[in-house]
Amino acid sequence: MDIEVDQEVAEQVTRTPAELMAVVEALTFVADEPISTKVLAEVLGEDRESIQAAFEEIRNEYDERGSGLQLREIAGGWQIATRTELHEDVRKFLRTRPSAKLSLASLETLAVIAYKQPVTVPEILEIRGVQSASAIKTLLDKRLIVAKGRKEAVGRPMMYGTSKEFLVQFGLKDLSELPSIEDFEDLVS
Amino acid sequence: MQQADPEQFTFDFRESTAQIVGGTSEDLKIKIGDFAGPLDLLLFLIKQEQANIFDIPIARITEKYLEYIRLMKRLDISVAADFLVMAATLIEIKSKMLLPRDPLAADDEDIEDPRKELVDRLLEYEKFKSAAGMLHERIEIESATFTRGAIESDENNAEIDATVFDILTVFQKIVARHVDEIKMEIEREEISLADMIKTLQRRIAEIGEVSLLEFFEEMHSRRELVTAFIAVLEIVRTEGVKLTQKATFGDILIRKV
Repeated sequence: MDIEVDQEVAEQVTRTPAELMAVVEALTFVADEPISTKVLAEVLGEDRESIQAAFEEIRNEYDERGSGLQLREIAGGWQIATRTELHEDVRKFLRTRPSAKLSLASLETLAVIAYKQPVTVPEILEIRGVQSASAIKTLLDKRLIVAKGRKEAVGRPMMYGTSKEFLVQFGLKDLSELPSIEDFEDLVS
Repeated sequence: MQQADPEQFTFDFRESTAQIVGGTSEDLKIKIGDFAGPLDLLLFLIKQEQANIFDIPIARITEKYLEYIRLMKRLDISVAADFLVMAATLIEIKSKMLLPRDPLAADDEDIEDPRKELVDRLLEYEKFKSAAGMLHERIEIESATFTRGAIESDENNAEIDATVFDILTVFQKIVARHVDEIKMEIEREEISLADMIKTLQRRIAEIGEVSLLEFFEEMHSRRELVTAFIAVLEIVRTEGVKLTQKATFGDILIRKV
């Protein structure tokens, strides 16, 4: 969501920590997607540290009283969501079923792209040993990956990387939150 | 090392994947699942044979691999080219392993195991396969959390902004465009293909030889030009006429045979 900073709003206001928490919570609730401390700091005319502190305080408050909601840090912002454990009841109410899963081939292709980005189609083929064209199309359609320009190599192949949507859908704060690929080595027989 | 907990790199959705269910008859009964690729199939076979990935019994694995490919073909499952490439690679490694060592080679010379490249690829692939499993778990957990639905705002509900006057403006624009449309009356000369053919036929009969260049230049519009062109094609097809061209890109003459 594009938040235009209104000069009127951006005027310095003095809020108590509790008031700040309240307004941060309200704006996070109405935001369409994870909202960053930077955007909130600009809208509320507060410094980023106070916003960060308010977020952490709200998160602790939710956790301590075992709220049905959780405040999570995701894709470079903060988001209010229902707690994982409650999914059965939430689904029953919403009448939704678990969303369509990604195929094994798509997940593998996504894993290669996530860890090797920016990466070209031939490089993905090299690792997977199989053509990945349809998997790449699926991932592009689901906006989990994006084209990241062309590689300065023979044929100038297109390079791919993961998108912000990827972080949101996989519940990641940023790419560094992914376990290192070397960690998987220990699992290999 | 080889006995690592298989759960760690098996996804639950893989349970339906290929496995030999047992043979009551002479034929092997194999449940076919989807393999993500030839490396995936190979890893599966190595595990099924309980073989050590660092010392693959290449003859046995190759045989199982080919058996699987044959089965896929018999079941009319189109075998992707990548699976065949791997079959060729396996056969190549197998034949290399059968060759006796070069007796002239020094004993201490490091001879690379023909399987090494394949093992490296399998190990590299398996890391990403595990990473794919991790991603699968993550998205499973993630799909169990819900954020609130969209809240109405001007951005996603533009009708809030519209007043009667806005509608009037839009309506006026439409009316204006409609008036413009009526003004743009374009005259269209209709020369039918039949007329065009007749004209050309008459011309050929009169002069005996017609220059196509001149004939086409007489046309006033693109539409006429196209009709003239079709007329020429039509006459060549149906009547005894001959087209001659003296020089490349030069004028074409049409005349009676």
